[in-house]
Parts: sequence; structure tokens; C-alpha cells
Amino acid sequence: MKLTLTLAGALALVSGVAQAQTEISMWYHGAGNEEEAAILKGAIEDFNASQSDWTVVMQSFPQIAYNDSVVAGALGGSLPDILDVDGPVMPNWAWSGYLQPLGLDEAQVAAFLPSTVGRWDGQIYSVGLWDAAVAMMTRKSTLEKYGIRIPTLDQPWTGDEFDEVLATLKASGDFDYPLDVGMAWTGEWYPYAFSPFLQSFGGDIVDRDGYQSADGVLNGDAGIAFGEWWQALFANDMTPGTGQDPASRDTGFLDGKYAITWNGNWTAATVLDAFGDDVLFLPAPDFGHGPKIGAGSWQFGIAATSEHPDGARAFIEHLMQDRYITAFSDTLGLVPATATAAAASKHYGPDGDMAVFYDLSEQQALIRPVSPGYVVMAKVFEKAVADIANGADVIDSLDAAADEIDADIQKNDGYGH
Amino acid sequence: MASKLTRSNRAGWAFALPGFGLIALFIIVPFFFAFGLSLTNQRLISPNPTAFVGLANYRDLLGLGVITLEPERDAGGQILRGADGTPDYPRVRNFTRNNPDHPRLDGMREWFRWQSGDTQKVVVAKDVVFMKALVNTFTFVLIVAPLQAGLALLLALLINQRLRGINVFRTIYFMPVVVSIVVVSLLWRFIYSGDNGLLNNILSVLSFGLFRPVDWLGNPSTALGAIIAMSIWQAVGFHMVIWLSGLQTISPTLYEAARIEGSSPWQTFRHVTWPGLRNTAVLILIVITMQAFAIFAQVDVMTNGGPRDATQTLVFQAVQRGYGKQDISGGSAISVILFLIVLSISLVQRWLTREKN
Amino acid sequence: MAAINPANHGLRRLSRYLVLSVVAVVFLFPIVFMIVSSLKPDHQLLADTGSLRAFLPVGDISLDNYRAAFQRAPIGRFVFNSVLVTVITVSLSLLLCSLAAFAFTYLHWFGRGLLFSVVLATLIIPFETIAIPLLLIVSKLPWIGVEGVTYGWLDSYRVQIIPWIADALTVFLFVQYFKDLPRELIEAARVEGATWWQVYTRVVMPLSGPVIATAAILKTLKMYNEQYIWPLITVQSESYRPVMVGLQYFFQLQIAWGEVMAYLTLITVPVLAFYLALQRAFIASIASTGVKG
Repeated sequence: MKLTLTLAGALALVSGVAQAQTEISMWYHGAGNEEEAAILKGAIEDFNASQSDWTVVMQSFPQIAYNDSVVAGALGGSLPDILDVDGPVMPNWAWSGYLQPLGLDEAQVAAFLPSTVGRWDGQIYSVGLWDAAVAMMTRKSTLEKYGIRIPTLDQPWTGDEFDEVLATLKASGDFDYPLDVGMAWTGEWYPYAFSPFLQSFGGDIVDRDGYQSADGVLNGDAGIAFGEWWQALFANDMTPGTGQDPASRDTGFLDGKYAITWNGNWTAATVLDAFGDDVLFLPAPDFGHGPKIGAGSWQFGIAATSEHPDGARAFIEHLMQDRYITAFSDTLGLVPATATAAAASKHYGPDGDMAVFYDLSEQQALIRPVSPGYVVMAKVFEKAVADIANGADVIDSLDAAADEIDADIQKNDGYGH
Repeated sequence: MASKLTRSNRAGWAFALPGFGLIALFIIVPFFFAFGLSLTNQRLISPNPTAFVGLANYRDLLGLGVITLEPERDAGGQILRGADGTPDYPRVRNFTRNNPDHPRLDGMREWFRWQSGDTQKVVVAKDVVFMKALVNTFTFVLIVAPLQAGLALLLALLINQRLRGINVFRTIYFMPVVVSIVVVSLLWRFIYSGDNGLLNNILSVLSFGLFRPVDWLGNPSTALGAIIAMSIWQAVGFHMVIWLSGLQTISPTLYEAARIEGSSPWQTFRHVTWPGLRNTAVLILIVITMQAFAIFAQVDVMTNGGPRDATQTLVFQAVQRGYGKQDISGGSAISVILFLIVLSISLVQRWLTREKN
Repeated sequence: MAAINPANHGLRRLSRYLVLSVVAVVFLFPIVFMIVSSLKPDHQLLADTGSLRAFLPVGDISLDNYRAAFQRAPIGRFVFNSVLVTVITVSLSLLLCSLAAFAFTYLHWFGRGLLFSVVLATLIIPFETIAIPLLLIVSKLPWIGVEGVTYGWLDSYRVQIIPWIADALTVFLFVQYFKDLPRELIEAARVEGATWWQVYTRVVMPLSGPVIATAAILKTLKMYNEQYIWPLITVQSESYRPVMVGLQYFFQLQIAWGEVMAYLTLITVPVLAFYLALQRAFIASIASTGVKG
């Protein structure tokens, strides 16, 4: 009897506290990803219990549809307080007025990898707990068998050397394809994974000096050299083309059909499970302007329409603790945003099996063009590399892409740069 | 007698209004809204002010030009020829990029070309992707509409027999329709796969290994065909059901009479079945045409419009622009063009199938 | 007349079944592939896709994919939402569209020709192309509920139902069918003093079993299978999401194909059951009418 009374009293107390808290709504892109959801839910519970002003309520969306949901939410006027946003998309949302500056001090993000802090117009709009990195994944035994030099961070393969490597592997006849760049993954993968090749050739998607034109950068000599190299990969059957089915992308390397796969750190755990110590995560080849990989992953921001930005900020600050950064990394294999969190983590510690990805992110990462027009550039670039892979004229395709990007920038009055 | 059927304004409006009102509010009004957008420079979301631009979006889609290319000549006027003996021609980009002599061609791209004597004629378009989408959509409709309607009728006749267990077959033929087109497209990606796809393997077995594997969706010459075949397979059951409901309104006594007169199956079809299917045929023709013009999901899931625009379609382009590239005014302009095309076709169809009495 | 040769008759019957069965295989194989694959672990599933093993429940068979799928997403909730939205929309659609079709076919009224042309023209408008304007409209519409008048329909069932009730295809289906019904029946009823409403409920609708079944099936498929873009942009809460949006839960960076197949199998069951049930009613209704001469 006494026990029930106490319990009732406690419940009343708890609900009384809940009444006084203001609700902070949050949208997240991870529906269907149970492990990710579990960590985030834990962090939200911790936060809600740690103070009495705010209660965070999360709504998850499937990743494929997330950006469309947010755009629709902005159109319909139903955005929440906190949004998560993919790094390269953030400038578009900030410029369009869905996001407001985070209001964080520089000191608070000093320890974070530069690619995890989203900046636009001189202000911090978003911050991420992790980055993603891409590497050439292969097996030590494969390279040794064919007498191929194992490249290092300081001495990556040169472009010519890389072509020879592929030719050697191809000539062996042991593989369906020597390389798999993942053409089955349409969408953001194309600019994220392939524009670094272009940048290593010395070109880019857009001239980063002012972001007003792609002409001469995307379709200049460096761009054309990239395009011809890229087309040859497919013409010579070095890598599966756009008809690759997604299942082959997932299992081809594991089944030994592909010798090397250009893939993200999120698949590292699967590869390590299959091949253990034999796995190599290698840097991108250097085509003349240094090896490059893409950067910028999901980050958190505050909607412009939020009535409680201080509550939203309090929660984001809460999330930025090392323990959550480490937890996400341990469970999902993501690159931790801070060195201290990396040191404490399972995979990125001193002897961690994925530590190389942290070094890759730190040394070779180049974020995608920081422009509201990036969302359009990404689609245009995706089409250009797909067309070139399918045998379209290199110069014409790059010209068309540059023209379309320039026309779009013009139509948008320069995107506020 | 006739007066009972002549005028009934109040009843007519009362019966039609609820349904019509909903269609007006949720289809017609948004469409006019979209038409309005197509005359502006509106972006999906942007801080910049919206301006009226007249028909600029339409001009950007429909602009065409022709370039005549003379072969390159050396100082002596001799035609320069490549290794294979064909004349060398200047690149089209010399005309369409920053060339002050041809301001009208600026930014256009090659659509197609043909040879006439030593010169080549090149048709350039402001928006080559749109033009290709237009051609592909028409190709799709022209192949799918007759083929699918015909196959559906055959199937309907096949399962309209009195046989034990016919319901099982009826259900099976309808099954692909029950599975969503998105799902079907996903499944067929496995079947069409160039690496280890089922279709390649079956053809290889049937031809005793002579058949060389094809990357069905990755090859510009087979991709549209692959999508057409799958689309017919998926939707034919849908139209089979409509044919079937038409077939079943034909009175059995007519068939009985035909049987007694000793007519052949073809005669029966020609004089009993087909006349009884008139209204159904009109319905099916119109419905298939409409649905075929709206092709989107297959392309979205299977090819993304590629390879090299071989499977671009109008609705896919409208969506790609309106949402993907946030150019809602350009996307709306495509929708309006599509509407006008299909409207003119269906007016012609209605005129051709009008009741002559 | 020649006597029927029983052997010949049996042979013909056999050949009919043969033709029917061959066609059946063509239509069945991807669905068998889907169901069989849902029982296999991913790795085996993908290895089997190239051979006939893809259609055989062999190897490491289990219900693990189903268990995992239920854990990943609230499947029951998604199916419930889709079924609820579909049932309400289809019922109202049959009522309102058949009423409109009745008016277009049998009644003579001012504006009939124009309105019918306008309705037919809307057949042409692909939904994808008006989604954004429609979103802007429904986000402002008023609603009267328990909490008084509110504005904006987003994130609800009604936004998934009301805009979809009336459509030109359903109206058109009814019109084409009504044209084939014998006019004498209607005229006779009118002569006997029946109101138009009585003609609709007592004469026309009882004769319309086949078209009601056809329209119900087609509309159900549209509502259950094709509702993706619209709920995606108008519904934010998981508790209102339909099955097609739920499918995206399974497309993570590494796609769990076995779970995808399990989910697809699960969501297909209700539609298939509905079709089977309706087909029976459909055939019964035909047996009882036999109206056309």
C-alpha cells in the first residue's frame, strides 16, 4: 500500500516536471537504422533528464526521402526546431532561409575536424559529430600476388601507376573487373566520390573563387583530362558501368569479383569481418594535384522558424560531447569529429582498425563546393559523369554541364555570394 | 416520354457537383497554379523575388537551330580527311559557345546531324535532354499503347473461357499489377543485370551458350526496350481486367445464337464480341495513352534517364527539374507542354472514335 | 452433326491448360522470386539471382528476414494506415464518381458537355507535375474539428484521403459502363414516377456490379501501391505513414535485400487478398445480371 502511494507520488512528480518543460521538435534522417536511432534516443533521454526547461522529441525520416521532406516542410510551413542536414546541402538551406545561425562560439568547435563544421556567410550554421571518408579498399594478399606496390598516405599511387595497377589486375583474368567505383549508387555518391578525382586532376565542379562560374574549371584542360581518363575506365572494362545492380556493388568485392573497391568507411566493418588483417584501406591516387577525397557528412542545425533557438542550441551543445561522438563511431564505424573522441573510440584509437580513415579525413579531405547552388551542380555533375562513362563525347558533356551550372547561377542572381 | 429525359438542371448539378468540385479543387486549380508558375522565374524556395518572364521557360525548352558544317580545308582548298577517309568538320562548340556571329545559337547543343554531300547539317537545340525526352516518350507511347491493348485483349479472351480452375489463372495474370511498379522495377533490375542477370543466363542456356550477355539497362540501344517490355508485363493485367468486364456484359444468348448458326470462332469474335466491346475499347485506348505518357517510376528506379538520355521521359524531366534542381517554373513548363500534347492527341482520338449516329 | 470425340475433346482441353500455364509462368516468376528470396539470407539470395535457384526455396531457409523487418520498422502501423486510407478513399470515390457519371450519362443539364470535357482533360495531368502547387493549397485549407477551425491539413489522414477521392478515370469507367446499360429500364422507371435518386440506387447501381468491382480494384491499387510522393511531402509523423514510404526504411547504405523482400511480401498480401475476395463477388454479380442485349 505504502509502496503504491509512493509510486503514485513519484509519477505525479515526474509528470509535473514534464508539464513545465517546453517541447523542442527535431527531424532526423535515420529512420530504419536501429543502431543509430538507439544512440540518438539515448542522448535525447539523457538531455531531457539533465535539465528541466526542454524536452526534445524526435521524428525520423527515411534517408532517401529526407531532403524532400524538409523542402516540403519549409514550403508548407511545418519545420521543427532542430534539423539535421547533409553538409553540402546546408548552404542551400541557409541561403533559402530554412536555417538560422547556430550561435556557437568558435572555441566550442575548435576541436572539431574542419569538415564537420558547416559555415555560410561567415557564420556557423551546422555542426556534425562525425565525418565520412572514402578509400580504395583492397586486400594485401591481392597486391602482393601481382607484385603491386602498397601505397601510403605520403606516397599514394600516381595516376599512371594506378592505371598500370588496373591493367595488371585486368590482365590476370582473375577478376570480373579490377576496380569498382560504385556506379550502382546513383545520387549524391557521384559528386561525393568522383569529383575528388576531377580535383586531383586540377579541375573542379565550379570555380571556388566567388562560385560564379564553372566554365573553364569543369570543362578546362584539367576537366577534359579527367573526363578522358574516366571514360577509358569504362571503355576498357576496368570498372562496371551504370548498369551495375546494387547487389553487385554490395557483395562484388567480398565475393572476389572486384579486386579494388572505391568505398566509404561505413562499409569498413563488413570488409574487415570478411578479410580481417588482409584488408587495406588505401588513399586515392594522385593525378597531379594531390590525392583528394570528399568530405562533409550529416550535421545538426536550427530551423529559422524555431521559436526556441536557445533550447535547440542547448541540445546540440549536449550532443557535441565526446561520449556521443565516440558512441556513434563505435557503432556505425563513422570518423569521429574530434581527436579526443577518436582516441577513446574502438576503431579510431591508437591501434584501431579504421584509424587510417581519420588520417585520410584530416589530410586529404576537400569539402564539396560551399554554395547554395551545389544541389543543382551535384545533379548536373552526376549526369555528366554518367554520360561520359556511357561513351558520350567528353568535351561536349563537360561543356553542357558547365553551361547548365552557369545558367543556373545566373538565374539565381549569383546565389548570394 | 422524351421530356422525362431532356432537362434536369438541378438533379444534374446536384449529382455531378461533389465529384466535380473535388476534381476542380485538387487537380484543376493546382494545374492552373502550375501554369502560372511556368510564366515566372520562381524557384522551389529562394530568397530572391519572383518575376514574370513570359514565355522564356518555353523558349528555353523548345529553341532549335540548324548549323551547316563545311568540311575543313587546307590552304589549297583541299578537304582535310581523317585516317578513315571521312572529312574533318569543325566542332559544333565553335558555333554555339561565345561566337559573336551566331548569337542565336549561344548555349545550344547538338541534337542530331546528317550528311548531305560534303557538308553536314546539325540540328542544335537549346535543351537537348528535353528533346530526347520528348522523342522517347512518344516512342514509348506508340509501342506500348497498341501492344499492351492487344495483348490485354488476348489475355482477356484466354481467361474468359469456361474451364475448371480458370480463377487461378485470372489471379496469376493479374498479380504483377497488384505489386507496386516501384517494387516491380526493383525486381527487374536483378533480372536485367548485365553481370549475372537472370535474363542473360536464360538466353545463354536457350541458345546453347551462343548468346553474348547484354547489359540491358546500361546499353543505350536496349535500355528503353527493356523498360517497355517490363512496363507492358506489369500493366497488361490491369487492362485485361477492363476488357474482361466489357466481355462479361455481352449476353451469353448472343454467343448461343452464333453457335447455332455455326459461325467460326473468328466470325463470332468479329460480329459478336468486338461490337460489344466498343465502349470498352475507347476507354482502354484513352487510358493506356494517358498512362503511357505519364511514365516515371520505372525510369526513376531503373535508369535515372540514362544511359546517355536513352530513357529520359517528360515526366521524369519535369520531376528532375522541379524538385531535384529546384527549378519549379521550368518543371511546370514541361508539365504544361505535356498536357497540351496529350490533350490534342485525345481530341483526335475522340474524334476518330466518335459515335456516328 | 459429327459426334464429339471424347479423346479429341480431352486433348483440346489439355492444350488449353498448357497455354494458360505457360502464360502463367511468365507472370508469376518475379513474384515467386520475391517470396522465395524473403526466406533466404542476403548473401545466398544475391548469389542465387542468376540461376533457377532464385525460384526455389533451397539452402538456408528461415523467417529471420521477417523478424528483422518487423524490428526495423513498425510494419503493422504502416499497413494499417494504408488500409484505412485506401478503404475510406475508395468507398467515397465509388459513390461520388458514380453519381457524377450518372449525371454525365443520363441527365441533360446546362454545362454537362463542358464539365465532362474538363473532367476528361484532367486524366492527362500526371500527379507528379502538380504536387507542389497542391501542397501549397492543402497547407492553407481550413478544417473544422474538435478544437474548432484550424488551418492546414499537413500531417494527418485527411490530407492523404480527401484530395484523392474524385478522379477522372473512375468517372470515365462508370460513364463507359453506363452507356452500355439498356436505356429502356431507366425510362420505364421514370415513367413509373421514380426520382433520379431512386433510379440511381434501385435501377442503375444494382446492375453495375462489374464496373464497381473493376473501379474498386483499380482505385485500391492506386491508393495502396502508388502513394509515395504525396505522403512523403505532406506527412511528417511516423504514425501516419503508409507502406510505400515505409519501404524506404529498408534502403540504407547497405541494402538488406532479404528484409526488403520480406517487407514487399508482407505489404502485398492485403491487396492480393482483397483482389481474390472481390473477384468472387465480381463473378457472382455477373451471373445475376446478364443485362445486355
